[in-house]
Amino acid sequence: MSREPAVAAGAARTQRSLRVSAALLAGAALLMLSVLALAVGRYPVPLADLANVLGHRLFGLPGRVPAPVETVVMQVRLPRVVAALVVGAALSAAGATYQGLFRNPLVSPDILGVSAGAGLGAVLGIYLGLPVAPIQALAFLGGLGAVAAVYGVGLAVRRHDPVLTLVLAGVAVGAVLGAGISLLKVMADPYNQLPAITFWLLGSLSSVTLGDVGAVLPMMLLGLAPLVLLRWRMNLMSLGDEEARALGVETRILRPVLIAGATLVTAAAVSMTGVIGWIGLIVPHIARLLVGPDYRRLLPASLILGAGYLLTVDLIARTAGTIEVPLGILTALVGAPFFLWLLAAGRGRVG
Amino acid sequence: MLLQVEALAYGYGDRIVGSGVSFDVAAGEVLCLLGPNGGGKTTLFKTMLGLLPARAGRIRLDGSDLGRLSRTEIARAMAAVSQAHAAYFPFTVREMVVMGRASRLGPFAAPGRADMAAAERALATLGIGHLAGAVYTEISGGERQLALIARALSGEPRFLIMDEPTASLDFGNQARVLGQIRRLARAGIAVLFSTHDPGHALLCADRVIALHDGRLAACGPAAETVTPALLRQIYGVDVVVAPVPGIAAPICAPVID
Repeated sequence: MSREPAVAAGAARTQRSLRVSAALLAGAALLMLSVLALAVGRYPVPLADLANVLGHRLFGLPGRVPAPVETVVMQVRLPRVVAALVVGAALSAAGATYQGLFRNPLVSPDILGVSAGAGLGAVLGIYLGLPVAPIQALAFLGGLGAVAAVYGVGLAVRRHDPVLTLVLAGVAVGAVLGAGISLLKVMADPYNQLPAITFWLLGSLSSVTLGDVGAVLPMMLLGLAPLVLLRWRMNLMSLGDEEARALGVETRILRPVLIAGATLVTAAAVSMTGVIGWIGLIVPHIARLLVGPDYRRLLPASLILGAGYLLTVDLIARTAGTIEVPLGILTALVGAPFFLWLLAAGRGRVG
Repeated sequence: MLLQVEALAYGYGDRIVGSGVSFDVAAGEVLCLLGPNGGGKTTLFKTMLGLLPARAGRIRLDGSDLGRLSRTEIARAMAAVSQAHAAYFPFTVREMVVMGRASRLGPFAAPGRADMAAAERALATLGIGHLAGAVYTEISGGERQLALIARALSGEPRFLIMDEPTASLDFGNQARVLGQIRRLARAGIAVLFSTHDPGHALLCADRVIALHDGRLAACGPAAETVTPALLRQIYGVDVVVAPVPGIAAPICAPVID
């Protein structure tokens, strides 16, 4: 009897050290993947040159690599790699959060209309012939505005189940925004604007600059902070509103805070890269299979896996074919079969 | 007095389900709530937990108006055990049980060593320590019910509200849960539970509250309150309540044609 707590404490210690080494391993894998993504492409960069460029630009070491190589690494690949890591992590964390909040493993970050709102904002910007920065700003504001509208409807309706009301309001608002996008597509110039709109709605990292990443990063960190800090409480939120409240959680404060965080993160990501579907739905599933549903581990795992997943998909997108395949197509092509396999093989563990 | 319910009216939205309900709960006391299907037992419980606003009257917890207390303050004193349900995500029983500590932790805190120890103690109290690592969605309904009681206990409440804790349990698990309720009362924890079996009230409750037509039909010591007349009134069937040699509590059975 007296030995049991000691055994339990020992097991907990083993588990913790296991977790630490798993996290280190995941970090190292992510770093190696990033190096690979910087080196591989239409213009291969040897690892020695890559090290030299990075050492030169980041630490002020003497550079000896020709300027074009430096341009490829610093101007073309580095922004893409950083953006892939950041956006993949952001969408996955938002997806994991929404799945818990709405107690539904089939929920993606689009559930409250953030993608539809950002889409309408961006499409409007393209239709009006605006430059890139205002288009991104419109997308960002559109995403936030859509979720604010959905949340406002949810508050105004005040039915018994606040979560279900939000989902239904999201479906309705999303339909209206989708109609707006379709309308603008019909009205847009079919030779210049329509292709731009189509590509934006499929998502791409090809024109991302480090400046873009720098502009959205503060908003992403601001949005991620509550998700990371409140991640144990997310376990309680995933039990449903009433049960969480009975256990002492102020869901009326926590739910809007978490929704605001996840929305900010998603809107920032989508405004930079366009709509990249599936990742926010599928990565939390993979993470749940690996580390279980406890958000103390699920959220960090989603962040790391999401970063790695989007980096890999983008690597495939820019190396696989002669033309670059839009990311939204690839994430669905890679994601959907994998998801079906998970459903078939993962049994009850998926949710 | 731990909890006082005074001339309470309760309901959903515009619909008042019951009114004029008054009773109180003392530490270490077991109360059983009887009432027909749809009689508002669950609604009353939700109102007592502060999950629904009181429509009239008031509820006092340790003398303070429930409406003025935060969720955390309420949850520290009162824990709810809902009917065993299927969770959406495959938490382990240990992860599920430690969630009962939420009211004892700050908003950004995660459970630490003391909280894990409290969860293990609660699991041991319920005799389900061996289930700690099992997946909650994969254990039986009876085990889930015990895990939910353990979750409530891990927060070290003084008052437990259990909504039909024996529903959907087999004969043995029903007896185990009722025995557990008695043990909790001996440890000084007050328990209010609802049931569809008046025999359970006679077996393990100190006092019985009966709801009928949105009113308090009876409130008093179990042995004096659970009578054929009362059961006839609330359930609409004839019932025999008879002592049996060798059993402390009388048994209770309906008369069927």
